[in-house]
Amino acid sequence: MEFKFDKEKNKENIEKFKKTVQTYKDTKGALIPVLQGAQEIFGYLPVEILQLISVELNIPISEIYGVATFYSQFSFIPKGENIISVCLGTACYVKGGQEILEEFENQLGIKAGDTTEDMKFSITSTRCVGDCSMAPVVLVNDDVYPRLKKDKVKEIILKYGGVAK
Amino acid sequence: MITTEKLEKIRQEHRPILEERLIKEDKVVIKGDEILLKGNYYKKQYRIALRNCGIVDPGDIRDYIAMDGYKALSKILREKEPKDVIEDMKASNLRGRGGAGFPTGRKWEESFKKASDKKYFICNADEGDPGAFMDRSILENDPHAVLEGMAIGGYAVGSDQGFIYVRAEYPTAVESLKKAIAQAKEYGLLGENILGTGFNFDIELRLGSGAFVCGEGTALMESIEGKRGMPRKKPPRTSHVGLWQKPTILNNVETLANVPVIMNKGVDWFRSIGTEKSPGTKVFALVGKVANSGLVEVPMGTSLREIIYDIGGGVQDGKALKAVQTGGPSGGCIPASLIDTPVDFESLAKIGSIMGSGGMVVMDENTCMVDIARFFLEFTVDESCGKCTPCRIGNKRMLEILTRMTNGTAEEREIEELKELAEIIEDTALCGLGQTSPNPVLSTIRYFYDEYEAHVMDRICPSGVCKALLRYNISDDCIGCRRCVKVCPVSCISGKVKEVHVIDQDKCIKCGSCYDVCPKNAIKIG
Repeated sequence: MEFKFDKEKNKENIEKFKKTVQTYKDTKGALIPVLQGAQEIFGYLPVEILQLISVELNIPISEIYGVATFYSQFSFIPKGENIISVCLGTACYVKGGQEILEEFENQLGIKAGDTTEDMKFSITSTRCVGDCSMAPVVLVNDDVYPRLKKDKVKEIILKYGGVAK
Repeated sequence: MITTEKLEKIRQEHRPILEERLIKEDKVVIKGDEILLKGNYYKKQYRIALRNCGIVDPGDIRDYIAMDGYKALSKILREKEPKDVIEDMKASNLRGRGGAGFPTGRKWEESFKKASDKKYFICNADEGDPGAFMDRSILENDPHAVLEGMAIGGYAVGSDQGFIYVRAEYPTAVESLKKAIAQAKEYGLLGENILGTGFNFDIELRLGSGAFVCGEGTALMESIEGKRGMPRKKPPRTSHVGLWQKPTILNNVETLANVPVIMNKGVDWFRSIGTEKSPGTKVFALVGKVANSGLVEVPMGTSLREIIYDIGGGVQDGKALKAVQTGGPSGGCIPASLIDTPVDFESLAKIGSIMGSGGMVVMDENTCMVDIARFFLEFTVDESCGKCTPCRIGNKRMLEILTRMTNGTAEEREIEELKELAEIIEDTALCGLGQTSPNPVLSTIRYFYDEYEAHVMDRICPSGVCKALLRYNISDDCIGCRRCVKVCPVSCISGKVKEVHVIDQDKCIKCGSCYDVCPKNAIKIG
């Protein structure tokens, strides 16, 4: 997937992010909260932003890269407008979470971890979200879909303005 | 700033308001001092850690105060020396609810005895076991219980700085904690000079970033320090050398929620609940194929049968119970034949599982045990930090074997190889994650050996889960209604109306659509 970080377009966000960096600058162990801030503001970690963090926190960019790649929350590519997270915790798995994931993959024509070409959807298989009594569970952004059935998948995609097969 | 007298005044003023609201909502029974949730599901439970869940408004500190909240802290700060608090904790024999069951009092003592200019007190709220959400419920519904537990612990060990390391996947819990910390500070129950006693204790929130291994104590500390969350080697223990090389206590959410109650009601009361070696209660997340799923808090020593049948209402849809999985990816699968096992630390260890943090997943006859072992291994391989060889490479090899088994390409000798590999990893991995990762494999080999044999020798999956091993056939019960023909996505079913149909095995993709729609259960999986 080709993409470019547009500094002009993100001008406001960069200013906002610089403020976040300032709040944590003197905190011990500031790197992770700062990376979390960047992930939240930009939706991913652009290399330009990692360079900025490196200078501000005085940490080599190689070390930042090491930390960022360790945690699954951080992404180096932009995510789609809507993030579909299919829970694959044990309770959801025994109740058919895997089938639901496959159905989303089939309907959108992408695999878990990928984003659709039109940048509308990303699918991720997620760790237990703690809604085990309502298994199987799918999250679309912050909306929870409990006790989901395979035949409802299409409906959900349409609801968020997508095109299902 | 609030004083002990003022705290008592809030309690007396607010209690009737709380009770009135609860009566109006009609969800509780009030018996003297006690407020209990209504309904059969709660009748057989004994709620200590979850005492306030569903009762107090987590956003209003006065509700918590009305339920005797911060009473223990104020009493301890005024009347007790740190070493007396530790003695009480030791006498109560409260054991860590995060899984390992280490006695909390002894942990605190280790840190208390170690002289240092700075000590840290961390709450481990990185609840990552799939199928477990006990801590989430406490953090969201009763955050002050955790804060009070931490403040008491901080006072006992001599720490003035606490951290709560909470999963970012729990946004509601994060919000609830933020609000609770702010309110406690506003009331002078956290921060500097708490209740005018000169004791300082502050709590900072740190969010996890999606790495399961960070639930391991030393990895969690590395993560707070801003590094890759990779476990350190032990010794030294973290109670001596922990966060930023300082003595550090790490307690689980449920453990901490127990602390204020023990201090209020006394050691003898606490020891009268549960078993001799495992006093108190334990919260379980009863989920999977069970009729009533949800959180269950029962005295230690309660049998699995009582939990699953008396409280959980048995297996869903009247199916037969096959196994109960406890302890998440570090735990094991307990077969239905051992359902009368009492649930405590020792009994579960004896049968090859662990208590773990409290996940309890009920599995019925349609769950394949080889596939479940593979599922957990996939999880561990994904979450292994890569520091030590047994976990990084050994688990990967185990996963490969299990994948071959579920694909029908494994060889006979591989069951023994799998077992040998599992035992080596158990003995040699660096941290708790690696050492316990073979548990799902070993326990399923121990109790469901026939299923492994069926996969490897006969190349069938008795539970009908492993797709590569399935064959769908239509039996003579077929009435020729043609419903299956209509749903088959690859049109591989043929036959005349009102006659027995046939599936073309070469074309069948084993999707199971025909099986789902057949009104006569004529489609057999074998």
